[in-house]
Amino acid sequence: MNQPLLRIRGVRKQYGSRLVLRSIDLDVAEHQVVCLIGGSGSGKSTLLRCVDLLEVVDDGTIHLGDSELTDPRLDPDTARRRIGIVFQAYNLFPHLSVLDNITLAPRRAHGVPRKRAEEEARELLSRFGLADKAKEHPDRLSGGQQQRAAIARALATRPELLLFDEITSALDPELVGEVLDVVEDLKQGGLTILMATHEMGFARHVADQVCFLENGVIVEQGSAQDVLTAPREQATQRFLARVLERS
Amino acid sequence: MDLGKTTADTAKATMDTAKAAMPPPPTHTSPDDTYHSSDHEQARKRFRRARKRRHTWISSLCTLLGLVALGTAAVASPGWERVDSLFLDGAEFRAALPDLLRGFWLNIQMFLIAEVLILVLGLLIALIRVTRAPGLQPLRLAATVYVDVFRGVPTLLLVFLVGFGLPALRLQGTPSQPWVLGVIALVLSYAAYVGEVLRAGLNSVHPAQRNAARALGLGERQTLRYVVLPQAVRNVLPPLLNDFIALQKDTALVAVLGPLEALRAAQIKADYDFNYTPYLGAALLFIAVTIPLTRFADRLQRRAAQRTWAETGR
Ligand SMILES: Nc1ncnc2c1ncn2[C@@H]1O[C@H](COP(=O)(O)OP(=O)(O)O)[C@@H](O)[C@H]1O
Ligand SMILES: [Mg+2]
Repeated sequence: MNQPLLRIRGVRKQYGSRLVLRSIDLDVAEHQVVCLIGGSGSGKSTLLRCVDLLEVVDDGTIHLGDSELTDPRLDPDTARRRIGIVFQAYNLFPHLSVLDNITLAPRRAHGVPRKRAEEEARELLSRFGLADKAKEHPDRLSGGQQQRAAIARALATRPELLLFDEITSALDPELVGEVLDVVEDLKQGGLTILMATHEMGFARHVADQVCFLENGVIVEQGSAQDVLTAPREQATQRFLARVLERS
Repeated sequence: MDLGKTTADTAKATMDTAKAAMPPPPTHTSPDDTYHSSDHEQARKRFRRARKRRHTWISSLCTLLGLVALGTAAVASPGWERVDSLFLDGAEFRAALPDLLRGFWLNIQMFLIAEVLILVLGLLIALIRVTRAPGLQPLRLAATVYVDVFRGVPTLLLVFLVGFGLPALRLQGTPSQPWVLGVIALVLSYAAYVGEVLRAGLNSVHPAQRNAARALGLGERQTLRYVVLPQAVRNVLPPLLNDFIALQKDTALVAVLGPLEALRAAQIKADYDFNYTPYLGAALLFIAVTIPLTRFADRLQRRAAQRTWAETGR
């Protein structure tokens, strides 16, 4: 039997005396999209940062494929090369053109020759509708374009797993769609994605699994259908009611 | 920093609850008493501790070996005996120390007085240079010329010029004590540097911050004082502290005018005894002050950086 690509077991994280993740168990199988939902401060970003080794977990294990990411013997840089992450605020490097943003990691961290890195970058850009922006600097792009470029940058190193942290939260409503379309396109392409999102419609439509977090605990998880349309837990119902009321 | 975050969180939580108009969800954010770390985590902690110990050992060993190598090389050099007696004379050091300390106290006083004046003058220059009021054009020009001139002249030369030139003018009320003249020279020189650093800081604050403050009804001056300036200083704290450390050392340049500060005291003693140990003693005194200052600057810088990252990192 194939085991899931990402396996999170008993992960705990505290900042000082503030317990942010209690005991998180979560699987992401290959080619799946798993959405983390939950209120602000529930620990979604922290969980994603733990998976990308930007934070050191205080207990529990995280496995990616055959390797344990939480093993202190593991070189975090090597591990991170297998994972792509995109944040809420556009984290493009402002001093580099879009093309250079995308080719930086392949060229410098993976040793891909410049010519090939640029070819692949241009391919990604045209796939995301940014072919004509390759030579622009990020400040000349709209928020949605920047975010698509950031996704292209995360993809350029061919990661096994993609982490998205509220990648549409900073965007104007009319730009959200173009970014989510890209994510759906990635799912069709067979990528494995763990993402925190507030877009419930998108989660219902695209996610294979949805996890509801509250105060650092996974209160409910299951198929998007189950969690979002017929939640069992009161906390989930409360949260969804609040979100729907807002929109 | 922690305090600020907690308050912000509480505020956020309150807002969320208010919006929901429902009883707040149960909070689990305090550490649970029943928690015991897993064997796996304990093994991981043991491994990290062991690795840290190993690293500490290796670094101490390397440092020690390096020092021993340097020491042997020095002692084995042909001129060592001469150096030893000329620079490392214990009795001479003890004899010179009281004079050196007395002199060094003057260095510290000069540093402190100059520092305050430099900050005031530097800030004034920076503010003049960043304002766009058309009426201030002559002042702006004067400030620019000032910076260009005083940054261009070597500090030592400036000490000479002020130290000997200012008294020669025989103006009413010009000070005549050499150390005061020295401080004036240092202030003139360093205010030009510090003014430029502060100007860079003022320019580094995003215009949106100014707009946000103005939108809240703060006046031009309040905006500057409560919003722009604090951020500007925070942004340029490392280079600013760097200049302070340089200033602390440069108080020794005033020695050429004759006041009995540490370098001058060392010079007198060294000339008298034909022994250079007092110079080494003076050097040690300066180091004793600049090293803690540097560490302090490092710490402030780390803290400022963390704060900036906290705003963007998530
Ligand atoms: N570096 C940090 N230091 C202290 N507390 C933090 C830090 N990062 C996050 N937190 C706290 O952890 C909790 C979870 O944060 P986060 O994972 O960002 O939530 P979410 O992404 O679900 O909104 C919040 O209460 C937040 O204040
Ligand atoms: Mg978040």
